Amino acid sequence: MTETNTMPKKKALSLQVDLSKFEKATDEEKRQQDVMSKSTTFFRDGMRKLMKNPLAVASIIVLVLIIGTITVAPAVVPYGYQDIIKVDGKRDKTAKNLEPFKYSKKEMKYMEKTGEKLFPHIMGTDSMCRDYFIRVVYGTRISLTVGLFASILVLIIGVLYGSISGYAGGIVDLIMMRIVDIIYSLPDMLIIILLSVVLNERLSATQNPVIKSLGTNMVSIFIVFGLLYWVGMARLVRGEILKIKSNEYILAARAIGAPSGKIIRSHIIPNCLSVIIITTALQIPSAIFTESFLSFVGMGVKAPMPSLGSLANAAREGLQSYPMQLVFPAVTIILIVLAFNLLGDGLRDAFDPKLRR
Amino acid sequence: MSNETNGKSGYLVEVEDLKQHFPIRTGFTKTTLLKAVDGVSFKIRPGETLGLVGESGCGKTTVGRTLLRLYEPTDGRIFFEGNEVTKSNMREYRKEMQMVFQDPYSSLDPRMTVEDIIGEPLDVHKLYSTKSERRDKILGLMSLVGLNAEHATRYVHEFSGGQRQRIGIARALAVDPKFIVCDEPVSALDVSIQAQVVNMFEDLQKQLGVAYLFIAHDLLIVHHISDKIAVMYLGRMVEMADADELMDNPMHPYTQSLLSAVPIPDPETARKQKRIILEGDVPSPLNMPSGCAFRTRCRYATERCSAECPPFTDRGNGHMVACWEK
Repeated sequence: MTETNTMPKKKALSLQVDLSKFEKATDEEKRQQDVMSKSTTFFRDGMRKLMKNPLAVASIIVLVLIIGTITVAPAVVPYGYQDIIKVDGKRDKTAKNLEPFKYSKKEMKYMEKTGEKLFPHIMGTDSMCRDYFIRVVYGTRISLTVGLFASILVLIIGVLYGSISGYAGGIVDLIMMRIVDIIYSLPDMLIIILLSVVLNERLSATQNPVIKSLGTNMVSIFIVFGLLYWVGMARLVRGEILKIKSNEYILAARAIGAPSGKIIRSHIIPNCLSVIIITTALQIPSAIFTESFLSFVGMGVKAPMPSLGSLANAAREGLQSYPMQLVFPAVTIILIVLAFNLLGDGLRDAFDPKLRR
Repeated sequence: MSNETNGKSGYLVEVEDLKQHFPIRTGFTKTTLLKAVDGVSFKIRPGETLGLVGESGCGKTTVGRTLLRLYEPTDGRIFFEGNEVTKSNMREYRKEMQMVFQDPYSSLDPRMTVEDIIGEPLDVHKLYSTKSERRDKILGLMSLVGLNAEHATRYVHEFSGGQRQRIGIARALAVDPKFIVCDEPVSALDVSIQAQVVNMFEDLQKQLGVAYLFIAHDLLIVHHISDKIAVMYLGRMVEMADADELMDNPMHPYTQSLLSAVPIPDPETARKQKRIILEGDVPSPLNMPSGCAFRTRCRYATERCSAECPPFTDRGNGHMVACWEK
């Protein structure tokens, strides 16, 4: 440390930068530099990057809006998903296949008479004189629930199975992966249809209220997801763990003397997290698709409970005259699936350091 | 050669007849032993560097990894400061023996910040009492290897190869080891960076007094940094001598051909130099030739070479050679 705080003077002919124009950093300024480069956790860092991705943010907003609507709407909208619209306590048979935001003749008469405003039919009504908006809301509820639960089921079974197989290696891995191969080779749609036929008989005999309200088909969808759909996840996780295990930083951690528990916690799990996150995020739309397809072919939820697929199926009959009835559930499915896919992509970009620019 | 009583022999690391055989599936039910390392012995004094050279696949890396018991050795004994290192007491020696890896891209966890990577050995061995002590130690190590303090919170993908290798070296130094296995630490780097890193290894040795087992295939770098050089061929040592002695007076025909392949920066001398070109390929380690492993490519090979494996004998001044004819 020098006593003088001034920089050397510039020689007249020197081409160097004139140092006397510069000041030495004070201790305070140095400390500020320290504070500015504060460390961020891996999670916070990833979230910050996710929030910079416009597509991911847009899909988060869409998903929040959809989830908000389906939680709030049933409390706000005065119609039930299985009730025919009633005017003044009487069933309104004229409220059939209404256009969005239109009222039926009886409703208009009633409003003229009493002067009070009835809640509008935001998406019109269906051929059974039911409010279509609330049906789409309930359908979305069912579809999202199926998607989420099926993905969680797949996540738990797939990650456990895959990681055991990956860690253990050798003969255990061999046997476990051959089982996966066998399950992979089963035609899943056929199994779902067969299972739901068999389970329908078995389950309709039970008096369990939960199963009754869900419908036996719904339960069989969950069982099929639990039985069949985890294999993709298990394979991915196993492959990822095998890849990570062969990296030299695992060897380095062992050379340091880190116990296996620590190696798994701080090296293996964080490194396969991005694969797990993206696969789960992409599993949700795929489960929603499967559920919609099954409901569309009539193997899904039990009427009168709607799902997006069964709504689309019902709309098929009046497609020529009332195309809007197909458009609403279809657009909802598209929005949900697209949002989850884009969100999954955004998550991968944010949480995978290798993909960062 | 030596026994347990050499505790005061002054050697830091002693390796006796180290063997590492891997079972390899060669058929549907058949397995063959791959003799990656087949009876290697050497000794390293504190603060000394032993260079280990040989072509790809000759077992250099396996020697280094088996030495740290990252692989369980098939046979042979390892002594550290005269005490035998076994499977059960290896954990305490992890603080004394460390490793720098070849590939600076895969040897650092991409999910961790530099601070956490260097701090990992400190965490594992609980070498600090407070958070600030941990940070101070990490920053000290970073300045030791020439990294700036603001690099601490960055992820490794933001660094160049040379900087990554510095991070790897800082991690190895974190536990204050007496011995570091350097597994081709510069072969993945640019030539200009190689010199920097090699010089840093030398400076660190002067500062901290660590001993190195320096594995490489670049003879000039090994000559520059090593006190002694050992040459391996197909899992066995063929020659070991002081660095200058080996370079000036190579005895084993394999070492001679290796040295003749070293490029000479002076064209005049290079023209006079006769290159010894080996014929044929390296035999498969799954199907090793009988006797001396080098005999299939050796100019001097006789019947004796195929009948019996030559012993590793001292030819004066600690110049050890395994050859019948030389």
